[in-house]
Amino acid sequence: MTTTSRTRRAPAPSWLLLVPALGLLAAILLVPLGQSLLRSVGSPDFTLDHYTSLFTDGVTLTVLGRTAQTAIIVTLVTFLLGYPYAYLMTRVGPRMRGVLLTIVLIPFWTSVMARNFAWIILLQRGGPVQSVFEFFGAGNVVFYGSAVGVTVAMCQVLLPFMVLPLFSSLGSIDRKLLLAARGLGSPPLVAFWKIYWPLSRGGVVSGLILVFTLSLGFYVTPALLGSPQQSLIAQLLAQRTTQLLDFAGAGALGMLVLVVTLVLVAWANRFGGSISAIGAVAVTPTKDNS
Amino acid sequence: MKRKDRGVDPIPWWLKTLGVIVALYFILPTLVVIPLSFSADQSFQFPPTEFSLRWYQNFFTNPVWLGSLGNSLLVAVLAALLATMVGTAAAVGLSRLTGRLAGFARTLLMVSMVTPAIVVAVAIYITFLQWHLTGSLGGYVLAHAAIGVPFVLVAVTSALGGFDPKLLRASASLGASPVRSFIRVTMPLISRGILSGAIFAFVTSFDEVVIALFLRSPTFQTLPVQMYNSVTFELDPTISASSSLVVVVVTAIFLVPQLLGNRKKTR
Amino acid sequence: MTISSTLAPADPATKQGTQIQLTDVTKDYGLAIPAVENISLTIEPGEFMTLLGPSGSGKTTTLNLIAGFETLTTGTISLNGADVGNLPPHKRNLGMLFQNYALFPHMTVAQNVAYPLRERKIAKDEIARRVAEVLELVQLPGRDDNYPSQLSGGQQQRVALARAIVFNPKALLLDEPLGALDRNLRGALQAEIRRIHREVGSTFVFVTHDQEEAMNLSDRIALFNNGHIEQVGSPEELYRAPETLFTAKFLGDSNVFDLGDASFDSRVGWEEQSWSIDPATVSSHPGVLSRSAVVVRPEDVGIVQDRASVPAGANSISATVRDLEYMGSHRIALLALGRSGQAGRARIDALDSTLALGDEVTAWWKPERQRIVAA
Repeated sequence: MTTTSRTRRAPAPSWLLLVPALGLLAAILLVPLGQSLLRSVGSPDFTLDHYTSLFTDGVTLTVLGRTAQTAIIVTLVTFLLGYPYAYLMTRVGPRMRGVLLTIVLIPFWTSVMARNFAWIILLQRGGPVQSVFEFFGAGNVVFYGSAVGVTVAMCQVLLPFMVLPLFSSLGSIDRKLLLAARGLGSPPLVAFWKIYWPLSRGGVVSGLILVFTLSLGFYVTPALLGSPQQSLIAQLLAQRTTQLLDFAGAGALGMLVLVVTLVLVAWANRFGGSISAIGAVAVTPTKDNS
Repeated sequence: MKRKDRGVDPIPWWLKTLGVIVALYFILPTLVVIPLSFSADQSFQFPPTEFSLRWYQNFFTNPVWLGSLGNSLLVAVLAALLATMVGTAAAVGLSRLTGRLAGFARTLLMVSMVTPAIVVAVAIYITFLQWHLTGSLGGYVLAHAAIGVPFVLVAVTSALGGFDPKLLRASASLGASPVRSFIRVTMPLISRGILSGAIFAFVTSFDEVVIALFLRSPTFQTLPVQMYNSVTFELDPTISASSSLVVVVVTAIFLVPQLLGNRKKTR
Repeated sequence: MTISSTLAPADPATKQGTQIQLTDVTKDYGLAIPAVENISLTIEPGEFMTLLGPSGSGKTTTLNLIAGFETLTTGTISLNGADVGNLPPHKRNLGMLFQNYALFPHMTVAQNVAYPLRERKIAKDEIARRVAEVLELVQLPGRDDNYPSQLSGGQQQRVALARAIVFNPKALLLDEPLGALDRNLRGALQAEIRRIHREVGSTFVFVTHDQEEAMNLSDRIALFNNGHIEQVGSPEELYRAPETLFTAKFLGDSNVFDLGDASFDSRVGWEEQSWSIDPATVSSHPGVLSRSAVVVRPEDVGIVQDRASVPAGANSISATVRDLEYMGSHRIALLALGRSGQAGRARIDALDSTLALGDEVTAWWKPERQRIVAA
């Protein structure tokens, strides 16, 4: 009697297939980030000075506060605009849904520079937005170089990141549950609050966290549309690196932002919203999303 | 939502209105660049008063703009190729693996989707300085490939999800070795997913600004960097022509497969 | 209709088809119990063998082991005496049919059927000839350029069948191929499979959980229970002479009288009854000595209103009619048997209207029609 005790059909080659991707990402992402981390704790000598100085230099905290404030506003606005839009997407027929989805995805994929440039045109002095406000008698409102302008532009750029996870989550809620609740006597608002809202929470948390973390790290929009006196954290980080050449300090600041981001994302994952899900909705425009 | 159900549960007017407003908010701002690109003015004044094609002309004749366009295309093609090869292999490998380690590997490969671009850009910049990769084609390609991999991974994984594993067993029972089965059965069926991932990796690289800004050198710049320069250092309205082209081309790349896909369904 | 010589089994040394031998085969996934344990089975050349059993009984695992999709933990599998233990599935030359057909959606019917021939580097015109011939064998000509999505389920399974036999496999393995089809279609395709088996003559190994299908198609049945083979034999052997209670209950209906560990010789007692036993009807399974049961098929049970009408020498028991089911060609009387009132069934003539619900009757059967099985 012979004994053939091979392991289950060759998982080894499957791991082999992962090597190039893991290698690329390790070299290009993990190594630089790792080096940044090491630099930030002052290697070869271990020191936490770079981190403590973040809290004492008088600038970092202010900028962080400003960035957080902007991020919160952007998150709220995109949520208030995005939730109804995503909800509408679940209510319409397949073709209309495709149209609405395309409207979300095209800006998602269009050049960031082109979109920011568009906002420069709109928000500049004497530009269309200011003209409209002038028409209504508020001619002295300045948008270009202001936090408001930056916020408005960021909202538009980040809105797809709110709508996509929301749509993914809302799309899976069975509308019949709402009709059943109404049939049992609930007025529409109560039915929404007690049934629909709790079921949508996963997607809501995903969207909120995603937009918030993206806002924190946003560079191009505040750099182009904001004023240097109103820098956000991304600009501070760039300045530390290229102008002050304070690589260690930049590393510490970068690690701080990174850790905050990763913690928030990991926390959001627990609510069943996965970043992969967003990627999946975004990269399957040709799939039938009805 | 079946048509017959809609009568029972109509969509409220305020929701439709809000939807239209948000939809306009999505697309109108970007559309502004198109009429501006035909302006004859040296400024960014909008709406334009006179019209001309000078900015398009400049875009296609000025060596700085043309050079940056060429660089962007080259980088994007190479980065997309690298990301697609590496990402497809990873997707196929992950599809066969289960367990915590595999899940961990998958998360690791997706990590660049959630890390803030500025943090990544700064770290890569400093490291690439040491490795003498700044301002080089190779540096750009490697960096952009690394951020393109998650998109390829998601697209190919999605295509594999719809793939019936019994097909591979059937192929083996009919005498095809695992390699032959992959070539004759798996590849054709996931080719659409691979292409999709490749296109997204391409567009991601072509449009990428933050890393590009840090890696640039006077001799090597990509199009988004040149566009950035033209609103910060030198006010150059050519950016409007460049933006319009990019918007139109990317939209086309995006819509064409969708329209073709609809036609295929009726086969 | 004649079969061209190219469709005959490729091995002229054995008379028809391939012998498949499983010796002490065990497959362990590392869970509490092995999927299959110590399976030994010899499938004769050209035989139609069905692996029958409930879900999880190990029949599909066994088929996958023969095909090579699973690796053996212990034991050997031989094809015509040659051990295939280490051979990957694509080298075993065994055709396979799947429940969901597994046709390649991106290839036409002709390309699907030609697939195994292309892998074997056969010349193009030879491929075309054999594809046409086998498509005619499965009665599906003229569909060469269609894609699988354009065909019905029954047609797809025929294409799959054509593809699986066109390269003269050593044997054909069928994994519940008719499970996805509706009743009428299933019947038609069962007849097709039987016909093709007769014409082609290869060994067929068929897996199903449907006992009617198994009895209909097979030369022999191997009944699986919890990873072991309960009994092997022709459909008639399994139906008429089950060795165990599991077999008796799995194939067809039975009236079961549990004897526990009571001993018996030429007579056995049940409740107040004393029944005679025909020694030829006692199972030879060793378990009979520790725990046994009497089983009687419903069609062997007669019903009389008057106890005195029971034929001499027959075993009998009192019963109450609980329900009458009309099955078209016959009726089933659901009975409450004996003092305990346990459930029983008897088959009666469709036109018989003498029985009514609640009637107190006597059920009887001849001793040679009952069977003592291991429980």
